[in-house]
Amino acid sequence: MGQVVALDALFAGRQVWHGRAAPAAEPGSQPTGWAQLDAALPAGGWPEHSLSEILLPADGVGELQLVLPTLARLTQADGVIAVIAPPYTPCVAGWENRGVAMSRVDIVRTDTPRDALWAAEQCLRSGSCAAVLAWPQQADDRALRRLQVAADHGRALGFLFRDRRHAPQASPAALRLEVETAPVRQLRIRKCRGGQPPAMAIPFPAESGR
Amino acid sequence: MLWACILLPHLALDGVLRRRPPSDEPLVLVTGPAQARSVYAANASARAAGLRPGQKLAAAQALLAHFDAVEYDPAATERWHRLLAAWAYRYSAEVALWPRAIVLEVSKSLGLFGPWPKFERQLRNDLTELGFRHHIALAPTARGAHVLAGMHDGLAVTTPDALHSALLSVPVGKARLPGQAADSLAGMGLRTLGQLLRAPRDGLRRRFGDELTAHLDYLTGATQEVLPFYRPPDRLDLGMEWTHEIEHVEALVFPLRRLTGDLGAYLAGRDGGVQRFMLRLIHRDGSSTDVSIGLLAPEREPAMLFEHARGRLDRTTLPQPVVAMRLVAHELPPFVPAGRDLFDTRPLHALPAEQLRERLRARLGDQAVGKLRASTDPRPERAQTADMQAQFIGTPTPLPRPTWLLDTPIPLRGPPPRILAGPERLETGWWDGGGLRRDYYVVETAQGQRAWVFCPIGEHGPWMLHGWFA
Repeated sequence: MGQVVALDALFAGRQVWHGRAAPAAEPGSQPTGWAQLDAALPAGGWPEHSLSEILLPADGVGELQLVLPTLARLTQADGVIAVIAPPYTPCVAGWENRGVAMSRVDIVRTDTPRDALWAAEQCLRSGSCAAVLAWPQQADDRALRRLQVAADHGRALGFLFRDRRHAPQASPAALRLEVETAPVRQLRIRKCRGGQPPAMAIPFPAESGR
Repeated sequence: MLWACILLPHLALDGVLRRRPPSDEPLVLVTGPAQARSVYAANASARAAGLRPGQKLAAAQALLAHFDAVEYDPAATERWHRLLAAWAYRYSAEVALWPRAIVLEVSKSLGLFGPWPKFERQLRNDLTELGFRHHIALAPTARGAHVLAGMHDGLAVTTPDALHSALLSVPVGKARLPGQAADSLAGMGLRTLGQLLRAPRDGLRRRFGDELTAHLDYLTGATQEVLPFYRPPDRLDLGMEWTHEIEHVEALVFPLRRLTGDLGAYLAGRDGGVQRFMLRLIHRDGSSTDVSIGLLAPEREPAMLFEHARGRLDRTTLPQPVVAMRLVAHELPPFVPAGRDLFDTRPLHALPAEQLRERLRARLGDQAVGKLRASTDPRPERAQTADMQAQFIGTPTPLPRPTWLLDTPIPLRGPPPRILAGPERLETGWWDGGGLRRDYYVVETAQGQRAWVFCPIGEHGPWMLHGWFA
């Protein structure tokens, strides 16, 4: 540390720059339909053209409830939704009750986890899907990165539903949400691009049985 | 009318050579009965060693110790001929097949591909690419072009007068006269077409019949000839066979490039595309391995067809060595160049949704991609269908319905759940024997999952899980 460098020179050389407060959250172009979640997310909604990872303790804890308002909004605007390798059959009556136009939803069934990843990548990359929901059984960091790049390329919303045990692994997804069921049902943001994940959990009440 | 004649002097041999990697090994095609095998055609290095068509095989073996002998297959040669006709169909709608030659009417095509020297270069490039040696001549009549192509490669005459004078010096032996007329005429002292054309017609007709004079009229253009034109078939079946066995997929790449190149040439001629085709790898014992290739949209670019086919082939393991390969294309949909809506908000490179579905279907199977819709049946198992033809009447039910449905209900495990809503009684389906009598409830499990469960009417358990309010 013999040399003393003038701070001005570093600023001028663009080697150091001032930190700035993040711009105030604006209403995002992809609202989640959950006001409290939108408020907590830096993008004001789902991160656009990116992958969002949703970590679950089990199937059937509200993962669809989380995304169905978005799907309803997208399908009503004539967007195509791809549902890849779902763990169960989507129930038409249930989805339509929540406003999703099922004629815009393509369900893709795959035999192997590799095919599921491939199909998800194709759908994300194609640019013709507004959102892609995928349930990858095995996805390593490399596969997720491919999906993230594909989502960016195809300007689609990617939703990956994975088991909670993947939470400690790093993920290239722009947003990682964890659904917790105990003691009460709530959402925890594990990672969000463009801001610090809030420490507080977000209430995520179960719907009142429609 | 202007006719181009493409003479294929080595059609049978080229058909064999093009499916082998280039080499200088002597190779002959043999034909004839087992006792009297003779050479049908010989390649350049075999000719250099003195082998000639028509030679007895025994004599050829005396001249040259080692050479490859391949059985001459007239049917395969015929296939090559038709393939070339399909290729030529790209350049003209009027294409006729003559023995070892293809004639096509080009006066209407010159506006698009012309002028002739450029057009001719294009034809030659294509044929060289496809691997066929050729002679090309241009004349105002089809037969004139045929004769000129046999005289000298590259001759082009465009007016009837020029054709007439070009024909005068043609020896009668090369004038493609019908039957045995050439031999008899030579015996009579008529050695060139010029002498023949000046000879009295009546005498010729008496000696040789109408056929010869008709040929002369067609040749000079005095009479317009009506030719049976080639029509491209609606399905394609290309094949290749080898005398040796191929054990590795890598060795199939070269023939595959040929086949997909042929397919591309054929499709361009037909102005069509192919979306699905099949490679059939035939083994020694007659069994075969099929590799089907599906594309996202009709394509005809040979490089793209090759890449797709190779991608599929690379993933294939050969159970046995391969002795032959066929490429079969049944569906040849029209080729539509990609176009876009001006006001399309999707990204520039976006695939149409249909093409995406096609791409998924091609790899995952036809049943893998589908939509679901509600049906009129109240039974949960039949309340939705993948059949897009079914009619939907009515509105969505206001009753609670889950978002996930289990295909077959399973017993709900764990501690007794907490009932949130219900019962909703379904007692229906009596009309087709699939009747059910159930009370449906919405319950919450100990893990916090909301489930759609049912039990027999009037009871509270055992619970059968039928869906999740996910």
